[in-house]
Amino acid sequence: MAYAEPTAARSPALTRRAPNWSRLGLYLLVGLIVFSVAAPLLWILKISIVETRELSASPPTIWPHTFTLAHYEKVFGDPLFLRSLANSVIIAGATTLIALTLGALAAYPLARLQFRFRGLVMSGILAISFFPMVAIIAPLFVQFRSLGLLDSYWAVIATDTVFVLPLSVWILATFFRQLPRDLENAAWLDGASPLQAFRMIILPLAAPGVMTAAILTFIATWNEYLFANTFLFDNHKWPVTVLIPNYAANQFTPDYAAQAAAALVVTAPILILVLVLQRRIVSGLTAGALSG
Amino acid sequence: MVAPTILVVLAVALLPIADTVWLSLHQASVTETGAFVGLDNFKFIFSDPAFTEALKNTAIFTVVSVAIELVLGLGIALVLNQHFRGRGAIRAIVLIPWAFPLSVAAVLGRLMLQDQVGILSYIAHGLGLAHGPILSDPNSLLVSVILVDVWTSVPFMALLLLAGLQTIPGEVIEAARVDGASAAQRLFRITLPLLWPAILLALLFRTLQAWAVYDLFYVMAQRQLESLSTYVYQGVRVSELNFAPGTAAAVFTFLTSLAIVVLFIRGFGARTAGEV
Repeated sequence: MAYAEPTAARSPALTRRAPNWSRLGLYLLVGLIVFSVAAPLLWILKISIVETRELSASPPTIWPHTFTLAHYEKVFGDPLFLRSLANSVIIAGATTLIALTLGALAAYPLARLQFRFRGLVMSGILAISFFPMVAIIAPLFVQFRSLGLLDSYWAVIATDTVFVLPLSVWILATFFRQLPRDLENAAWLDGASPLQAFRMIILPLAAPGVMTAAILTFIATWNEYLFANTFLFDNHKWPVTVLIPNYAANQFTPDYAAQAAAALVVTAPILILVLVLQRRIVSGLTAGALSG
Repeated sequence: MVAPTILVVLAVALLPIADTVWLSLHQASVTETGAFVGLDNFKFIFSDPAFTEALKNTAIFTVVSVAIELVLGLGIALVLNQHFRGRGAIRAIVLIPWAFPLSVAAVLGRLMLQDQVGILSYIAHGLGLAHGPILSDPNSLLVSVILVDVWTSVPFMALLLLAGLQTIPGEVIEAARVDGASAAQRLFRITLPLLWPAILLALLFRTLQAWAVYDLFYVMAQRQLESLSTYVYQGVRVSELNFAPGTAAAVFTFLTSLAIVVLFIRGFGARTAGEV
């Protein structure tokens, strides 16, 4: 067998030095991880703040030799770009609101009440998250077209809502389940209906869960591309995910610096959310996945 | 209280799925359903080089990127599970790529690999890894798409695995260490077997996401490289002629995703969150 001799045989010097080497290795690995995340972003940041002539320098510059905010001025001076930010806020905001309302209403009975087909309903909702989204775009395109909903925010909001519902139902159900049952029992004894008990007792207590579900829903919708790119034709309705790939992408002279600036600007709100609310996001993402 | 959700799910997800199946059996177009043609649309897509190419690309993309993401994700999770100063900050930094919309990450990828200004393109040419523009060749394009997917998806994998690692009691590993098990033995004999359920679940999520990949192929490859999802999309938005085959490809993507779920749950014994 490959078992080592008992550790008592080691010299004191060795046991002291060994952890230091593994510490050094650990910090090297941490440095490597941070580098692979940060380096691409710093390079994109660099090309968004240097003058256009520096972009095609060969060999490429590592540190910026020139500095200008012209690309950001161009991006923020473009009405289409500002419009796309507003569109993303509208679509992601409305979807979050609807998905959370539906999700909270559904999650409470699923977490708390016993009723027929409860398991079936729960797995049915969660199964949506396994669907390839592309499987439903053809018939919905036909439907939305005959309903006159193509090119409207509603087409995107409706489809986005369905695909974020499993996440919000799951996160909210997990949080509702953690609350002590005595609270509602007391409310019921006092004559409250399940809906009242839910609204006045459970919902306020589950506020952190609602917050987590809201952040994750908002991020998922802000980042959604397929539905928006399928159902929206008018570039004044495009959210940022659809605009950015088309932004300053003229076939012959793409404005790379403006693209970089625009890409960073539209991701900034999400980045801030992620960095500030990191703990909450991680707990929301993993709570659902691992409590099985 | 559950009724509104059930209605929305029925109207916007389940009925459309059934509708897609229905359309795929007809000579359908955007404006009319047309005559019943049985499995002709399916026969057509399997003889369509664009579809078989898309299937091949999607399969390679899924296997390679998920495999790389598992290894890197596991490595990062093991590192972040150590105690060191600034661990919270590092965990936040690791999450950053996950925050990027895939279509935007694809644009960033193009910028880095672009042959006039791209830093990665410059490095790859300098090292002799690339000849000619990277974004114009299907093979290097597929490698590029995988690269960007790895960058954006490893954080999710790492976080799921880290959460799994944190449920393993430290005493178990400590006991093995005291008994003289080497670091490799502790990893392969204790940590990985205990982490297996989390690994399976993370693999299932990522495999399904990768199999349905759309954003990265559509934005990065700009029609030079198809995936299953971009093939379906073409039929709906780009070419009227491809509508019926597109619905067949959509049904194919749906059924194969279902097969992946069944394989993971029945075959490998993955336990999903739904079985509470």
